[in-house]
Amino acid sequence: MDITDEKVIELEEKANQIRLSIIEMLLEAKSGHTAGPLGMADIFTTLFFHTIRHNPKKPDWPERDRLVLSNGHICPVYYSTLAHAGYIPLAELKTLRKFGSRLQGHPHRDFLSILETSSGPLGSGLSQAVGMALADRMDAKEDKRRIYSLLSDGEHDEGQLWEAAMLAGKNKLRNITAVVDRNNIQIDGFTEDIMPLESLSERWKAWNWHVIEIDGHNIREIVDAFEKAKAIYEKPTVIIAHTIPGKGVKEFERDYRWHGKPPNVEEGKMAIAELRTLGGKIKSEHQ
Amino acid sequence: MFDEKVEQVPIRKGFGEGLVQAGEEDPQVVVLCADLTESSQALYFKEKFPNRFVEVGVAEQNLASVASGMAAMGKIPFITSYAMFSPGRNWEQIRTTIAYNNRPVKIAGSHAGISVGPDGGTHQAIEDIAITRVIPRMVVISPCDALEAHKATVAAAKTDTPVYIRLAREKTPVMTTDATPFEIGKAQIFWKSDKPQVGIIATGALLHQALRAAKELQDKINIEVLNLSTIKPLDEKAIIDLAKKAGRIITVEEHQIRGGMGSAVAECLAKHSPVPMRFIGVDDQFGQSGTPEELIEHYGMGKKAIIEAVKDLIK
Repeated sequence: MDITDEKVIELEEKANQIRLSIIEMLLEAKSGHTAGPLGMADIFTTLFFHTIRHNPKKPDWPERDRLVLSNGHICPVYYSTLAHAGYIPLAELKTLRKFGSRLQGHPHRDFLSILETSSGPLGSGLSQAVGMALADRMDAKEDKRRIYSLLSDGEHDEGQLWEAAMLAGKNKLRNITAVVDRNNIQIDGFTEDIMPLESLSERWKAWNWHVIEIDGHNIREIVDAFEKAKAIYEKPTVIIAHTIPGKGVKEFERDYRWHGKPPNVEEGKMAIAELRTLGGKIKSEHQ
Repeated sequence: MFDEKVEQVPIRKGFGEGLVQAGEEDPQVVVLCADLTESSQALYFKEKFPNRFVEVGVAEQNLASVASGMAAMGKIPFITSYAMFSPGRNWEQIRTTIAYNNRPVKIAGSHAGISVGPDGGTHQAIEDIAITRVIPRMVVISPCDALEAHKATVAAAKTDTPVYIRLAREKTPVMTTDATPFEIGKAQIFWKSDKPQVGIIATGALLHQALRAAKELQDKINIEVLNLSTIKPLDEKAIIDLAKKAGRIITVEEHQIRGGMGSAVAECLAKHSPVPMRFIGVDDQFGQSGTPEELIEHYGMGKKAIIEAVKDLIK
């Protein structure tokens, strides 16, 4: 499916709004993760505003595509996208990580039932996606809906992820599209220093997956990759999305120290100004 | 049942047959196995329903979370392995992707207890009751024989919660009949007596040792024996009633004393009806190779040890 220039611009603008909401939530919460959510904003935007089949008015529509977020710590981007897509009020975003909030520090279905899974402990999301795909095969619903599984690169340190990847490869689960957020950072530092993952694509190929590598901030490439994945019939597909952690705010980009902390008031103001002016391109506002 | 020639059947076999019945009753029942299909008795189900069977390889963490994903799509998954590996190795996946996620996955842990025998301590799960009963939403069942395991399996498939079913490997005397009622959460008196002086609460195959002890002492000491096959939710009424009647309680389980069924009973009685107690189980040790009989004797869980505990308690 080809995408028009207008649609690309619309999605880019939406991603920018989602990033703004992420900063605003984190400022209010005073704890949480900054780099990962900003880095995945373009992919979340493309999924919810272009690719996945879903209906915010009927969140429990049985034939909806399933989205399993494995690295639950990037939930600010998930919550922000759900709010912009109309699932939850935008104002509710400011309750992130507060007592009684539906927006728990890591996603919990008990509090927010529209989530497909609760998550946080790394390495188990792909297994759940594989289970969903196996159930759909048993029920002959494999071609009715797709299962999207979002993973971090750091969580490849977990053996369970390898177990799940092997099982999907063995069973040729063609209705799974996994997305790896290849941002090269984890809490303690750069992934290649903590536990080298390269060649990541060769590993996935060895597990019998079809591998697509993209620039995770190029909307057109993201759209194309999701479309191609649907056409791959004999294997599950993994999209290795090369992303910049902290993308959208120059001060935060590519710095692993932003993995697990929120901006303070001053940093937040700076980030909001940068996002609102699209990196200084818009001069009329917030000067 | 006290005859030397009492019918002996492995508890896990009752599970395997119960699984087939559960599969016949509900097409949503599916079974997942981690390279132990025959040993965990999932084989019967696999033969009958090959399209509803998933082999994940030696990967217990994946086993638990794949089942969670299948349950999210409406399946009723049973995951089968040795108790030491599931719920042993994959405890966090069970806690988070099954229980926290509120998915009705049933976990069957075979080879539980010390009577696994010659395989040795690595394979003897004697901590599994403690680590499952501590998880919110989890139901914990420890059947006393193959027939009860069969009924527990069929009943577990009908619940909408996660369930842990604890299964022994060895041949175990059959103490119940097809007509013995079974209900999750209901304990039953298996040995009655007038004016009991001691109440024994047993779970799993050691119930047989408790019954033998009660019979041997029947002319001297009045004992009542309660089969506590559901450890969570606890049948508090049955436990409190027995404690009030007998005034003394002994718990018997093939499990570590710390954190096991006896601890659950003590938590209940300390609050509602404190009475003197003794705990039969493994006392903070690991197992080892041996015959089941040698090991039960060595770790002080047989008829002899139960009789000693009774005498000690009424002194």
